[in-house]
Amino acid sequence: MIANYGYKDGSGEYYISIDTDKCIGCTAERACLTACPKQMFEIITDDYDDEVAWIKKPNCRTLAYDCADCKPSGGYSSLPCIAACTPGAIKHSW
Amino acid sequence: MITAGIDMGSRSVKVVLLEELNVDGAPALKYGVKKVHIMMPGDLDQDVAANKAYDEVLAAAGLTRDDVKVVFATGAGRKQVAFAAEGITEMTAGAKGAVFMFPQARTVVDVGAEEGRGMKTDGEGRAIDFAGNEKCAAGAGSFAEAMSRALQMTLKEFGDASLKSDKSIPMNAQCTVFAESEVVSLIHSATPKNDIAKAVLDAVASRVCAMVRRVGIEGEVVLIGGMVHNAGFVQSLKGAMGVDTISLPDMPEYISALGCALIAAERQHR
Amino acid sequence: MSSQAVLVIDGELYGFNSMRTGNNSPDSATNALQGVMDKCGMKLEDIHYVVGTGYGRVNVPFAHKAITEIACHARGANYMGGNGVRTILDMGGQDCKAIHCDEKGKVTNFLMNDKCAAGTGRGMEVISDLMQIPIAELGPRSFDVDVEPDAVSSVCVVFAKSEALGLLKAGYTKNKVIAAYCQAMAERVVSLLERINVEEGFFITGGIAKNPGVVKRIEKLLGIKAMETKIDSQIAGALGAALFGYTLMSKKAAAA
Repeated sequence: MIANYGYKDGSGEYYISIDTDKCIGCTAERACLTACPKQMFEIITDDYDDEVAWIKKPNCRTLAYDCADCKPSGGYSSLPCIAACTPGAIKHSW
Repeated sequence: MITAGIDMGSRSVKVVLLEELNVDGAPALKYGVKKVHIMMPGDLDQDVAANKAYDEVLAAAGLTRDDVKVVFATGAGRKQVAFAAEGITEMTAGAKGAVFMFPQARTVVDVGAEEGRGMKTDGEGRAIDFAGNEKCAAGAGSFAEAMSRALQMTLKEFGDASLKSDKSIPMNAQCTVFAESEVVSLIHSATPKNDIAKAVLDAVASRVCAMVRRVGIEGEVVLIGGMVHNAGFVQSLKGAMGVDTISLPDMPEYISALGCALIAAERQHR
Repeated sequence: MSSQAVLVIDGELYGFNSMRTGNNSPDSATNALQGVMDKCGMKLEDIHYVVGTGYGRVNVPFAHKAITEIACHARGANYMGGNGVRTILDMGGQDCKAIHCDEKGKVTNFLMNDKCAAGTGRGMEVISDLMQIPIAELGPRSFDVDVEPDAVSSVCVVFAKSEALGLLKAGYTKNKVIAAYCQAMAERVVSLLERINVEEGFFITGGIAKNPGVVKRIEKLLGIKAMETKIDSQIAGALGAALFGYTLMSKKAAAA
C-alpha cells in the first residue's frame, strides 16, 4: 500500500508517501524515527494489522513548514528521512 | 531625473516617484521620494486603477507624465500596467527597497494581505534567494484579517489585543476557512479575545518564519508589507524567528514600489 | 456532521440508519445504533461485534475495535459497487479522500486532505452562502449557463471567494459563477485523484455524490463515469466497518 500523508493547498502539494510493503519488516531498524529532526514518524499497527511507519497526525497538516528546515531554498542533496530509510519506502512529493 | 515604481497588488496600487538629486560632493546618488497609495476600487480594471493612481501621484507632485524618465512595475498584477517599460518581481523590488531604507538589512520578510515570503539579500539590495507562501491565505495577512472579523475587531485592534496576552494557545486548523470555526468555538468556550488574537498571530508568524528559515536568517531583519502596522504580529514574528529586533520602515506598503523605482533609476545609468 | 449505523448479518447488509451528529459523539453513536436496531426489530444486546470508524471512531461506546475511514470506505465501496471498484472518492464536509483499492476492497494507495478547505463540502458551503443559494440547487444551476466558463483560478477558498465576487461584478450571472466554481472544485478533486492512479471502477461517496455540478465535471475531466449504486453511498464507511466486524468476529470464532 502507498500511504500518502500530507495535503495539497493553493501553495503546492506536500505529501510524504510511505510504501508499506517496503516498510513492513523494516531492515533499517526504524531509522526514520530518529532521523527526522521533527520526529514526525511513528510506528503504528495499521488497519490490516501490519506494523508500519506513518506521519503523526498534526504534522500531516503542516508538512510544508515542518520540512522547511531540511529543505533550504538554496537547494539540498538529500533528506535525512529518505537517507535513513534504506528499504526506500519514503518519498516526498515536493 | 525622475523615475516611477508601481506596485500592483491584489487589492491596492502603490506608486512611488523617485527624484535623483545631484548633490555636489555626495558620495552616492541621493533620492527624494513621493508616494501615493490607492485602494483598488472594486469596479475598476487593474489597468484603469494603475492609470488613476499614477495620475494622482503626478498631480500631487506637480508633474506630468513627460517629466518621468521611465516607469517600472512590480506586484502580482504588474503585467496589467501597460505603460510600464518593464516588470520586475516582488522579490527583486522588495529586497532593493528594504536595503535602501536599511543598508545593513540582509534578511527581508514581506508579509502582505495575500502572501508572506522571506528574501535573502546582498549589500546592494539584490535578492539572492527567496521562499514564500503564495496562493494560500493561511500564510499571509488574510488569515489574521478573517479572524479579526470573527472577533469583530479591526486588524489593528486585533494586533493590540494580542500584545496584552502572554498565553500560547496552539491553533489546530491550518486553513483560514476551518480556522474561522475554530475561533468561533474558542469564543464560545469563553477564551479571552486577547489570547485568541495572540494564537492567530503566532500561527501566521510561525508559518512565515518557517519560510524565512529556508533562506536563512542573517544580518539585520527587516519586515515590509502591510503587516508592519500590526504590532502584535511584529511581536509574534520576533518570537518565532528568535530575534530581538526587527527593523520596520515607516512606509512599509511602499517598499516594493520604491525598490522598483530605484531599479528603474539604476538601469538608466548602465 | 452525521452518524451512520449499519447492521450486517452473516456478511450481508441488513439495515442502516443515518442521523445528524449532536455535540456529544458517544450519544450520537448510541442513538444511531439504537435507531437501526429499532428499524430491524432487534435489540442492542443482539449485536456480536461493533466497529467504530470516522472522526469520532474512538468515541464509539461498546465498540470492539476502531478502524480508519480509509480502510472502511474501501471495504464498503467494494460491497456496494462490487469487486470492480478501484478508485474511490469521498468528499465530506471537512475533508477529501482519494483511495485506490484491489478486488478485495483492500486499500492499495490513498491520500487524505483535511488541511485545506478547497475540495471539501465546506468549500461548497462558502459559495452557497456567498450566492445565497441552497447547496442542493448549486449543481442544477451550474448547468443552466449559455457557455461553460473557465474555472475560478484560485485554489484557496478565501481567494476563490474574492474571485467569484469579481466575476459577479464583471457581469457574470450567478449560475455562471457557480459553474466556474464547480469546475474549479472538479479540477481540484481530479488533481488529488491523479496522485493515487485513477482506474475504471470509479465510486463516489460523501456529500459530493449528491452534487451533479461537480460529479459530472469530474467525470468529464477523467473521461470515466462514476458507478451507480442503489444503496445510499453515504453509508459506505459504516458499512465497511460492519463488514470488517464480521470478518474479525468470524476469525475469533474460528480460533475459539
